[in-house]
Amino acid sequence: MVEQAEIRVVHQGGSNITFREPAISSDSRFLLCASGHNVKVFSTVTEECVQELRGHADLVTGVLLRPSNHLQAYSCSADGTVRLWDFTDGILIKTYVIGYPICSIYASASHDGVIFIATPTKGYKTLDSLQLLAVHLPQTAGQLVETSDLSAVLSDVSANPATVAFGRAGEYVASTNGVQLQIFFFKKQKSFRFSLKENSCSGRSNTFTCVACHPTDDCIATGHEDGKIRLWRNFDQKREYTYRTLHWHHSTVRALCFTPEGSNLLSGGVESVLVQWRYQQESQQDFLPRLGAAITHIAVSPDGALFCTSHSDNKIVLIQSCVKVSSIIQGLVKGEAVQTDLMVDPRSKALVLNGKPGHLQFYSLQRDRLLFNLDVVQQEFIHQEGLDQFQVVMATLDGAGAWLATVEERKQETAEAELNLKLWAFDEPSQSFVLNTTVSTPHEVRITAVTFDPAARGQTSLLVSCGRDGLFKAWRLAVPAHPDDGGPSWTCDFVSAYHGLTPQRCCFSADGSLLAVGFQEVVTVWSPASWELLLTLSQPPGIIRDLCFGRLSCSKFLLGTTSSNQLCCWNLLTCSLEWSTSMEVSLLLADPLSDNMAAFCHQDGNTDLFVFKPSEPRPLFSQKAVCSGRVSRAVFAPREVALESCEESSQWLNRSQLYFLTPLMDLLTFSTRAEEERLMTASKQLVVDDSVAMTPFQLLLGKRRPHHQAAVEDPAVRPPADRPVPPGGSAAVRELLQSPAHVLPAAAALCSVFMEALLGVATETRENETSAGETPSDPEEEEEEEDSDQEMETRATRPERGLLETDSADPVLSRAQVRELRRVRKLDHSWFSSLLDS
Amino acid sequence: MASFKPTKIPVYPKLGEKVTQDTLYWKNYKAPVQIKEYGAVSNIDFSPVAPHNFAVTAFSRIHVYGPFSQEPVKTFTRFKDTAYCGRFRSDGQLLVAGCEDSVVRLFDVSGRVALRMFKGHTKAVHVTDFTSDRYQILTGSDDYTCRLWDIPNAAELSTYREHTDYIRCGVTSKLNRDLFITASGSYDHTLKVFDARAEKSVMTMDHGQPVESLLLYPSEGLLVSAGCGRYVKVWDLLKGGQPLVLLKNHHKTITCLALGSNGERLLSASLDRHVKVYNTTTYKVVHNFDYAAAILSLALAPDDESIVVGMTNSILSIKHRKHTEESKEMMSQQRRRPSYRVFVKGKNFVPKPDDYLVSKPVKEHLAKYDRELKKFNVSKALDASLEIWLRKKKPEITVGVIKELDRRGTLKNALAGRDEEQLSQLLHFVIGNIVDTRFAPIILTAAEMILDIYKSVIGQSALIDQQLLRLQNILESEINLEQELLEVLGMLDTMFATSVTRKEVPYSDVGRSNGLAQGEASSSRPELFRPPEIK
Repeated sequence: MVEQAEIRVVHQGGSNITFREPAISSDSRFLLCASGHNVKVFSTVTEECVQELRGHADLVTGVLLRPSNHLQAYSCSADGTVRLWDFTDGILIKTYVIGYPICSIYASASHDGVIFIATPTKGYKTLDSLQLLAVHLPQTAGQLVETSDLSAVLSDVSANPATVAFGRAGEYVASTNGVQLQIFFFKKQKSFRFSLKENSCSGRSNTFTCVACHPTDDCIATGHEDGKIRLWRNFDQKREYTYRTLHWHHSTVRALCFTPEGSNLLSGGVESVLVQWRYQQESQQDFLPRLGAAITHIAVSPDGALFCTSHSDNKIVLIQSCVKVSSIIQGLVKGEAVQTDLMVDPRSKALVLNGKPGHLQFYSLQRDRLLFNLDVVQQEFIHQEGLDQFQVVMATLDGAGAWLATVEERKQETAEAELNLKLWAFDEPSQSFVLNTTVSTPHEVRITAVTFDPAARGQTSLLVSCGRDGLFKAWRLAVPAHPDDGGPSWTCDFVSAYHGLTPQRCCFSADGSLLAVGFQEVVTVWSPASWELLLTLSQPPGIIRDLCFGRLSCSKFLLGTTSSNQLCCWNLLTCSLEWSTSMEVSLLLADPLSDNMAAFCHQDGNTDLFVFKPSEPRPLFSQKAVCSGRVSRAVFAPREVALESCEESSQWLNRSQLYFLTPLMDLLTFSTRAEEERLMTASKQLVVDDSVAMTPFQLLLGKRRPHHQAAVEDPAVRPPADRPVPPGGSAAVRELLQSPAHVLPAAAALCSVFMEALLGVATETRENETSAGETPSDPEEEEEEEDSDQEMETRATRPERGLLETDSADPVLSRAQVRELRRVRKLDHSWFSSLLDS
Repeated sequence: MASFKPTKIPVYPKLGEKVTQDTLYWKNYKAPVQIKEYGAVSNIDFSPVAPHNFAVTAFSRIHVYGPFSQEPVKTFTRFKDTAYCGRFRSDGQLLVAGCEDSVVRLFDVSGRVALRMFKGHTKAVHVTDFTSDRYQILTGSDDYTCRLWDIPNAAELSTYREHTDYIRCGVTSKLNRDLFITASGSYDHTLKVFDARAEKSVMTMDHGQPVESLLLYPSEGLLVSAGCGRYVKVWDLLKGGQPLVLLKNHHKTITCLALGSNGERLLSASLDRHVKVYNTTTYKVVHNFDYAAAILSLALAPDDESIVVGMTNSILSIKHRKHTEESKEMMSQQRRRPSYRVFVKGKNFVPKPDDYLVSKPVKEHLAKYDRELKKFNVSKALDASLEIWLRKKKPEITVGVIKELDRRGTLKNALAGRDEEQLSQLLHFVIGNIVDTRFAPIILTAAEMILDIYKSVIGQSALIDQQLLRLQNILESEINLEQELLEVLGMLDTMFATSVTRKEVPYSDVGRSNGLAQGEASSSRPELFRPPEIK
């Protein structure tokens, strides 16, 4: 068991980034959002994750900029701590231990040194009843600070963090729960409660869902479940309060937010339309429609230049204040359930699964980033709850990744389900899948399985689909009868049934010479070449649940699992049962690159994993209680670089990695210790610059780092006036830049030399930095570099020679000047990178 | 942000024949001119010289029509009985015709009385033709003989008695003055090639069926024969009469053959009322004409200027080629020219390498119904899709919009609240398309909704009531039809089941002992076999 401890189950990216409201830094360059146990810092320009703030031991439940220092941020977590971070450098500054799980965090600029947190009321374990506590943060030195100065502000707070908001200059706090609005004035220490009727006259619920306070005016905006927004005024009086109703949303208002000046109110909900209401002129609205999924949070940057909306499909959209989308940060889209199998695209090595409704997502596992969404349904998605829409229920890729087959269906109460089988061809120029054939109603009833022939290439591709109507059909790529009909398309090649039984599973052998179709209790093996029924196998009782051919050395075996908790292995050469064992296998998988098979077994509410070879009696690896619940989706993803582990228990992970989805939609994988160590070292190397998004260009100019960091450390002297001035020493460059363009040689001739000079500086200085104290780099190598430079320069200047003779007065880039340029590049070019920064 | 995705209009496979170059070409004829003749039109022959008059042999008369006249320009009536096979000489000056009374008459096309009468046959003469030297006449008769006659002195030159049955068709070679081919009808089934210099036939081919029509290609290397057996056979004369192609596209006797488009198309007319056009390189049917009655004769003017068909109901149908489209195209080109210049304006501008291009956002065009759908105006979207030309020409768009509304759950809202006129439009569309299998599922849903919504106003408008009754009738007849079809299907299934021989499925002892069954099936309908035991 010691060896097995080396392999452990780890989270593999794809965590939810829209769990809580994100925060935008005051200069609108960074976006902070809670993501699982960490806080992620994204660049708003490049959409890349630039920092990951690790430290919390449990789910992060809130991120907040520190009102008194805009380069620091608080995060709170269910582990009972509030942490203060310097998010540009990713440094943990302080940890305040509260001791209770924290559900959300609030702060107000006028309450210095105080943060407000929502925690469960003492004595209650559930999240039904929360209280809002004011926490005075002690000003002590040291990393770990115990806080004891807690005072209750409000009780009976809703678990939804959007239902608490601080009013103008922090004078009051508004909180809603159910149909009650509660306002607490700090100065008067007095609270007012207003309640609405349970249901409005049209019979829809009046429940409050979110609240926002105007930053400069005494006005509270509340959102309601029936889609109304109420603007409350005069709420410091018990009787004479007024409210005004705005109604545009047709279903629940999920998020409300005022812009910092209070000129606009932003609202969003299930319709996935961002509505911008003009304050005081509420009849005027701006809309940003079709944002893709229901809006869950809205945040505005402190300068009001950037909005961001979080969406239920794990997406954050950054919107400029002119209501124009500027960028999209997209995490792994997780619906309620993944209906398609997990697949790995052989070309991009991306994980393919259900994404947004009607889409397939291609998710890069290596980069933890969504590559693209493939719109399968190609229909306008109507954002309305309870509407029955088309869903992608099945998808399969062929062996080379050249074809993708998808099945979409829509259930209707009145008529039978609508079914479409779509075949997509990979288009090289556009690097994406293009719809080739649509087959509407390929089977009369639902489709149970689709699979491609893994061995077929190009024109001989073969697709098999099984349906509840008792038929299985083979589809083949056919060249059209008329040349003017367009390219080849897919047509039905063969239809067959077996005694009216329903086919549940189908599976091709690795070489495509055999097709196994499970008809309830019977497994039939067909030859795709002649469509002949070769043999039937059965192991009653129990319906065949999963079928899998062995690979490589075990290709003579066919494995199947039955509903009567049997795992059977048939030998196809002798047509007999090789072995069978009794276990409740929920998922059976074959590794495409080795002869290993993985079986996820469901036992006592937990899932166990067994990895075995069909030819060997003893499993290679087994782990009990991989996760709770039943694992129904998993995939072997081929590694880019094979590991070289010799230990028997981890050898099965050498060539491919096993990913699986838990019932709670977490993407987990198995990793070995060696791999983790390698990853750790890799991540250390990657830290180059903290403030700038890492681009290749930035890497080239990355030498100015210490200087720049010093500027960042001291935020007070950060303003743009303090930007390092262009070095005066680079006279040649200045001359080059300042002299009129018409007296200079052609830019084409000058550019390569100039850029070469800059590049030379970057590499050389980097070399110097890294090898400081070590032996200097090989002088010969440098000499060579110089030579090549000279060559290039002479080549570049040669055409100018003729010009020189005719008009010698012009300052042409002579050899001397080139020397000068080279001298210049030894000088500081930091001004250039700072230009790039801005 | 993501733009509005327009409503998906499903593409349905086009029913009926495909539109090809050939269909366009052969459809490009004006509406036929129909002329009533005195009897069944047995032969039509075009004059080889301009203006290409044609002689129509019907009962005891031969009419000569001009290319565009509807009245005969000339009539030959001096026949005592039914005339046969009126043919022009290659200079268009003389016309020869056989007759039921066994006399062959030669006419000058400008005269009325026969110039010569050739007497010698003892039975009706069905075949007459001029040889290529223009001085001799070939005749074939029901007395099993074919004869050559000299025109100047009306003397019989030679007689061939090789056929053993009626001679009903024959052609002379246009290249060789001595060569001619005859074929005999009814029982003989043979095609014979005669050379006037030889005593006997030089080549005999067996058609296998009575031959009704013969055709020589202009190159005279290929011979086409057709007859009672519904087959068209093409023979290669240069290979000694080898059969080349067998065409089997008609289902009744083929009565006439013709060549069109300079020998690139072959036409065959049949008693089954069809004229088929074949491509002479692939011998595939490229077009098909339908006529009202069984066709006896067919001829094409040079360059396919007109198609003349004679039928058993003594109607002569003349179709002239349309020529207006060229002038129309010229006019439209002239009209379009300025607008083309507008389109091209600025498009041919080539930017200089260091120009900075500012691209204007392309405004996407949406159809009217999509614009309304984008605004969630469901009733207006349905109205837009029910516009008369849309629902007539492209019902799939209307159905697509109805489907989209149903998907959005707002179909009922869109259907409700209509006045009599709008409702009658809607019902008209429903009635027209409810039995179309492509549209039936969604239109049935819509029809149910319409009945639900408007059941309270039934009886208030005579128009709506009438339409609802029509809808009911259509549905009843459709149900009856489907029932009948299912019965037929059941019958077919039993017939197929009895026709397939049963195969015993072998079982191996090994398989049974292991709890495995091994089956074999080779047919594509394995469900017809006796189910093998699973245990």
